Amino acid sequence: MKLKFAIVVFPGSNCDHDAYYAVKQVLGQEAEFVWHKEASLRGANVVILPGGFSYGDYLRSGAIARFSPIMPRVAEFAAAGKPVIGICNGFQILLEAGLLPGGMRRNRHLKFICEHVNVRVEQSDTPFTFKARVGQVLRIPIAHGEGNYYADKETVTGLEKNRQIIFRYTSSDGELDDICNVNGSTAAIAGICNAGRNVVGLMPHPERACEPVVGSADGRVILESVLASFTDDSTAQVGLR
Amino acid sequence: MIDQDAIEAHGLTADEYRRILDILGREPNLAELGIFSVMWSEHCSYKSSRRHLQRLPTKGARVLQGPGENAGAIDVGDGVAAVFKIESHNHPSFIEPYQGAATGVGGIIRDIFTMGARPIALLDSLRFGLLDDPHTRRLVEGVVAGIAGYGNSIGIPTVGGEIAFDESYAGNPLVNVFCLGVAKTDALIMGRAEGVGNAVYYVGAKTGRDGIHGATMASAEFDENSAEKRPNVQVGDPFMEKLLLEACLEVMQTDALIGIQDMGAAGLTCSTCEMGARGESGIEIDVQHVPQRETGMTPYEIMLSESQERMLFIVRQGREAEVERIFEKWDLHAVRIGQVTGDGLLRVKDRGTIIAEIPNKALVDDGPIYDRPAEEPVDLGVRQDLDLASLCPPPAPIDAFTALLASPQISSKRWVYRQYDHMVRTNTVVPAGMGAGVVRLKGTNRAIAFSVDGNGRYCYLDPYQGAMLAVAESSRNVACSGALPVGATNCLNFGNPERCDIMWQFSRAVDGISEACRALDIPITGGNVSLYNETNGEAIHPTPVLGVVGVIDNADRILGRVFRNEGSIVVLVGESRVEFGGSEYLKVMHQLVRGRPPIVSLARERALQKLVVAAANDAVIESAHDCSEGGLAVALAECCFQSGGLGIDVVLPGQKIEGHPDLGVVATLFGETASQIVVSLSESQADSFCARAATVGVPVLKIGRVEGTRLRIKVDSALVIDVPVIEAEQIWETGLSRHFAHEAA
Repeated sequence: MKLKFAIVVFPGSNCDHDAYYAVKQVLGQEAEFVWHKEASLRGANVVILPGGFSYGDYLRSGAIARFSPIMPRVAEFAAAGKPVIGICNGFQILLEAGLLPGGMRRNRHLKFICEHVNVRVEQSDTPFTFKARVGQVLRIPIAHGEGNYYADKETVTGLEKNRQIIFRYTSSDGELDDICNVNGSTAAIAGICNAGRNVVGLMPHPERACEPVVGSADGRVILESVLASFTDDSTAQVGLR
Repeated sequence: MIDQDAIEAHGLTADEYRRILDILGREPNLAELGIFSVMWSEHCSYKSSRRHLQRLPTKGARVLQGPGENAGAIDVGDGVAAVFKIESHNHPSFIEPYQGAATGVGGIIRDIFTMGARPIALLDSLRFGLLDDPHTRRLVEGVVAGIAGYGNSIGIPTVGGEIAFDESYAGNPLVNVFCLGVAKTDALIMGRAEGVGNAVYYVGAKTGRDGIHGATMASAEFDENSAEKRPNVQVGDPFMEKLLLEACLEVMQTDALIGIQDMGAAGLTCSTCEMGARGESGIEIDVQHVPQRETGMTPYEIMLSESQERMLFIVRQGREAEVERIFEKWDLHAVRIGQVTGDGLLRVKDRGTIIAEIPNKALVDDGPIYDRPAEEPVDLGVRQDLDLASLCPPPAPIDAFTALLASPQISSKRWVYRQYDHMVRTNTVVPAGMGAGVVRLKGTNRAIAFSVDGNGRYCYLDPYQGAMLAVAESSRNVACSGALPVGATNCLNFGNPERCDIMWQFSRAVDGISEACRALDIPITGGNVSLYNETNGEAIHPTPVLGVVGVIDNADRILGRVFRNEGSIVVLVGESRVEFGGSEYLKVMHQLVRGRPPIVSLARERALQKLVVAAANDAVIESAHDCSEGGLAVALAECCFQSGGLGIDVVLPGQKIEGHPDLGVVATLFGETASQIVVSLSESQADSFCARAATVGVPVLKIGRVEGTRLRIKVDSALVIDVPVIEAEQIWETGLSRHFAHEAA
């Protein structure tokens, strides 16, 4: 059975084609673009909010996109426990929509950064990390100007306690190191999940790291995890379905 | 009434004004004068350069579209066309670096998607003054941020480019942007207006008072009052352009569109009369329908505004609603502002009253063309004279080597390209900062490689040789990625053409480009001329920038510059001579721009490029890197950098300079002889590769091996450079970024 991925296209999304290609050509699954004004997610199994500059990001990143007509459908989809992943601008939209806690600030040196970074998988009991190993270091690109994750102390404590921090910026050896936390994120957070664990947001771009020819295939495990979460029996044991 | 002051204020000469009187058979009104002035400006009319540009080769079996349209197009196979062009935004970037550079990116992207192509890659060629000047650093920061701000937002990767620094650009930075897109060969769209009664539509940003006379500004030199021109620089909106891009590509999927053109320089004026002239049609518009951002705009202002992110297009009769619906989907409101007529006139109305009526052809094709006097600069002989004795005693080779690695011109450009999204669209298969940009073509087995190159110092010393060297280097960079060079675009940056020495530089450079492009079989499919790059009478170095495009038929055979395997044999393809003229060595170690630039043999160049492309295609070689600024020593070092610490042990045959043996060593290491490529390959392939080179008359020399973790270079028997790769790489890595050290890495 092929899974159907809905890739939501906001005005200004620009990694929508990349996500589509990764899902369809690399993973061999079904993918459909869903325009942000559409009324339904077309029966998709997985929702991707892709990267880009929705509405130009002239206000806070994601602050306008969260009002798009499709967003209530995304919220319902998430509330039903189905898998949603927000990548980069998609993550920012999830934050603005309140589907994930926290917010984003400008990168600490105030410049856009595009490069491969190392992110450590912190938890494997989400649909997007299920095939990864805790402690595994993935080499995946980032490309953002506002990826400096911020949450207040109480929120971060809550995230830690509920094991909602899913990815952290580390060295290639998986060591926490201030220099590796290139954008200055609180607690070196690169990605988090919601309390229900089915909604994941991250700044790095797994869809850009699905083939060795583009520099890394480490991002595949994130997309392949969600496939496995539908088919693999062991998912039942970690409460993914 | 038009008086002398009005004519002068519009930058028109008395002769040009008489020509207008002849064409119209009457006196123009102010709006008409404004329309003529922008269309006949240097920027739009190419009046000083047009005669010379005719010498460029523009035809070839693969050329689908040559000069004259919004961009050129080349057939790359599999029914795919590569659509590309380079354009300058020098003057605006000096006045307001962020917006100047950003709108330069926006403008060239529009030229590409206007042709029906999806833009997939950007490159930049940048020139600034020296980085110890805080004003230059501010310009660099602003320009890089502007390019990033626009390209990143719209989602087109900036995959590479070049940046250089020289005092001559201190008052006139160069910002040249290259964009490449892909289309189906049978789906290219042209900028022409045809079919009487078809509707003329306007879509995009509203028209404001920004950028009025931008084209005229770009056609004059600067002085100390240039900052007053800041209101002439437009402000970019990449989000609006992203919507336009997607909506236009969607509309182009239908056959409802007759023609389309962006409103760039000279805005609504240029797009209307150019489309009309190409289609041999008339165009009638009423400015009351043009969406306006400000109240009280006059027809004159509306016609001359250079507000960004606006498109003009012609829709087939009866299909208007369908087209309007597609734009509505993208929250864009396309408005009908007029129609195509059969009388060949540009007729502008304001609420029904005729404001201007001018033959389209008069504006586009019948402008003045000048054969400006050209004369060799009087001091050329002095520039070309290099006294070798004055370079003695030379510094220790290792000191010169580290100084060159630390030079911002040679050092890593990571500080720049890290700010650009160079990966979006997931086609970038050669990382940024590694020579030519290479993108794969999804759905085919092919890839396209492209490079932008120019060397102002060489052209200052000899514009003819310098221009040939620019073509050769750009083409060689493309060949080093394994791609066969198939076409080119050029951006010609020069000073004031009314000066005969500048005109001589221009003419000689065009000769050099023509000859090299013919010899290397890479036709020019379009480009841009930027003149008047002067401030207070000081011209920039003549800087023709070439953008060469190549095709790799088998994307598995893409080459990089970095050594891949310990134990591989290092072969020098080509042959060094004593050539110091215009080199980075002279500039860095002696603060000199003197001598004659390297001599390039185009027959040798062509044979050498073909050899490397064929060897890449047959998977014979593992890496290839062009030798350019900094000479062989720097080229070899760059092959080691980013390899994970691989070193080399090589021996170079020393150049002999009568009476100055030490200088011979320096010439061997840092001379910049053209037509040299460093390749690496396995031991088992080395002999057959060398034999193959011999059959095509290309000299090759096995110079050593990839081994250890040190850079060890001998000249004859003397070990002259011996340094850990990691140490050299650290110097190279920080050579540019250290100038911006107030911010951490």
